[in-house]
Amino acid sequence: MKHKTFFWFVLPSSLAMLLFIFVPIVSVLVQSVYVDHAQVIKEVENCGPFGCTTTTAVDQEATQALQQASPLGRFAGLDTYLDRSHLAIDEVAAAWNRSTGIGDFFDKLVNLPFYKAMSFTLAYTFIVTPLVIIVGFIIAVAVNSATRKIRGPLIFFSLLPMMVTPLVGSLIIFWMVDARGVVGAALQYLAGDPDLSVKASTPLTWVMLMVYGVWHSAPFAFIVYYAGLQTVNNDTLESAMIDGASRWEQIRYVVIPHLLPLTTFIALMQLMDNFRVFEPIVSFSASAHATSLSWAIYNDLGGETRQLSSAAATSVLTILGIAILLTPVLIRTWRDFSRK
Amino acid sequence: MLLRKLIIATSLALSANAAHAGCGVAEGRVNIVGNEFPAIHTVVKAAQTCADENVSVTANLTADHQKINLAGLQGNPAEYTSAIIANSSIVALINADVIRPLDDLIEKYGQDIPKSNLITVDGKVMAVAFMANAQHLVYRKDVLEEIGVEPPRTYEELLEAARMIREKGIMDNPVGGAYQSGWNLATEFVNMYIGTGGEFYKPGTAEVSINNDKGIAALEMMKSLTEYMNPDFLTHDSNATNAEVEAGNVALMNMWGSRVGVLMDDEGAEEVVYSNVAVDGPLTVAGGTVPATTLWWDGWTVAKNISDEDAEATFVAMMAGTSPDILNDETMAQAVWMIDGYEPAPVNKGVFAAIQAQSRPYPMLPYMGLLHTALGDNLSDYLQGKESAEEALADIEATYTTSAREKGFLN
Repeated sequence: MKHKTFFWFVLPSSLAMLLFIFVPIVSVLVQSVYVDHAQVIKEVENCGPFGCTTTTAVDQEATQALQQASPLGRFAGLDTYLDRSHLAIDEVAAAWNRSTGIGDFFDKLVNLPFYKAMSFTLAYTFIVTPLVIIVGFIIAVAVNSATRKIRGPLIFFSLLPMMVTPLVGSLIIFWMVDARGVVGAALQYLAGDPDLSVKASTPLTWVMLMVYGVWHSAPFAFIVYYAGLQTVNNDTLESAMIDGASRWEQIRYVVIPHLLPLTTFIALMQLMDNFRVFEPIVSFSASAHATSLSWAIYNDLGGETRQLSSAAATSVLTILGIAILLTPVLIRTWRDFSRK
Repeated sequence: MLLRKLIIATSLALSANAAHAGCGVAEGRVNIVGNEFPAIHTVVKAAQTCADENVSVTANLTADHQKINLAGLQGNPAEYTSAIIANSSIVALINADVIRPLDDLIEKYGQDIPKSNLITVDGKVMAVAFMANAQHLVYRKDVLEEIGVEPPRTYEELLEAARMIREKGIMDNPVGGAYQSGWNLATEFVNMYIGTGGEFYKPGTAEVSINNDKGIAALEMMKSLTEYMNPDFLTHDSNATNAEVEAGNVALMNMWGSRVGVLMDDEGAEEVVYSNVAVDGPLTVAGGTVPATTLWWDGWTVAKNISDEDAEATFVAMMAGTSPDILNDETMAQAVWMIDGYEPAPVNKGVFAAIQAQSRPYPMLPYMGLLHTALGDNLSDYLQGKESAEEALADIEATYTTSAREKGFLN
């Protein structure tokens, strides 16, 4: 392609990326290094239906003047990144000095909001991603070997979890695992413990969230693999069969190598998606047991007083986290690409 | 969503035909944002009777109103001309300076509004209250009769009654409560801490001080209560707690006055449940005299960043929405209305008792929202037994201090 043609070809998408991806990220970056002005507080008398009280309020005129002088707020540099709600450098150092062992240090670490969120986010990402790939692959192989007549309905049902809105899907599972729900009651019966409650236990809540994650994302891996399976070379498969390869050997030595590039693609997408795990935590009301970086952003913005700088800092940390996670996969792809 | 839009559009069209004279304003735009429950629907429906060909009245009522009202008022001109808020959520709007003082509008149109309904901050009227709310005792008459005790007046008595109910095998988890991690749980702590006589801040400053004997006493009482609750209590909001009551699993709880109506109607529960639900005033704790609850009002405001015509139209429409005309057999029991002609129903006894017992209003402080968020994030670790009360309170103080620094309340 000529350079000029190429330029005009990519111009619209480059412009859109600049406008909708680059500019917002820069704005978030700027927001995260500024904090609000010192609020000018004055004493006031508030009256209402329940009587009058002397209390404090923000002095609007004085604060307005500060605001107009520098609309962005006070420059804070990396302070927000290093404070207790984010990387918590001082608290981590103190925990390290005071802890009696590595276990104790870890307990103290996950008591800090950022590391609590990180511990679940990472566990979720590294457990759900491989499971999604494996389960998706198994479904794809199974559907592909079904007779043509029932394949259509099978595909439809296999895709359902992905079509159901995440909030609705997780709410349905939430009710099912309730102590009086179908799954919850069955678990109580199987465990022989009438007080067993998935929602009250941290490990079981984690398991529930991860099961939901696999249930919701496996169809994505399935449909990608299913498309890939249609391109497997039949001649290779047939010659493998003639050579006496079992079904498992055919899959192991013909199908899996053929689908490897797709696996890289699915892993890439799933790592990104799972690192941003959010909806299930909200709809399972699971924040007492598990939080994630995205949930932390939501929590900062959802309170009565919005903490924009804190949310912006967490957003930047999320972007950095995804970049670090994807580096190995990207390096691999780049190597494959340059080899060709 | 579409259905609601249709309903609003239809009612708009109908009311425009019915009352084409409007409410005495020539023209303007009215757009209301607020929470979604029956009483607020009543107010908005009445405000919409002011719509005619020159005055438009629209509304967006959602449980997530707090997440959108500030953004919706910040633009110039603002998307919403009025936000229906409560004494906690008005603070964020005042902090951001997006609602206007109403004194001149009251002089022009609002002489009939009872003085006690005016919410004044530093001498300026910032909102007009129209209903009161509070959490108070809700109990099952039949269950308490069965164990032979009077309705409890303190949390200690409530625990004793709960123990008897469990021992007699009537219910496994007889205590209910909106202990969902986050806003609900924080509210319960605020109630309990006020009941122990605690102060949230060092006097006259934004420095938090809850890590003390009273904070620990409040937390310990909350933990004792959770031992008689459904083990899933950290996921139960008001709706889920009410469902437990309707299912006949709960006999004692501290619940919002505005949520009791649905427990007493004949929908969703057996006769033995709904005919035996009764209310009483809020409880005290640890020998305190101040009830362990907070008083709330709901009221309306007028946006600052809108034209004066729109502000006048909004003021007049909201006044119509909260005028004595809205009271009828159906709406009377929806809330404790602070409107002339309101007659309390038995369901509202609890809120009145809370007011009479001189309960404290929820603190209207610029930095209370930050503490509320910090409480909601950190209390569950203690209730799950993952850390001690002192550690939980220290975590809350540290979380609050970090966010208060970022927002400029502390240096």
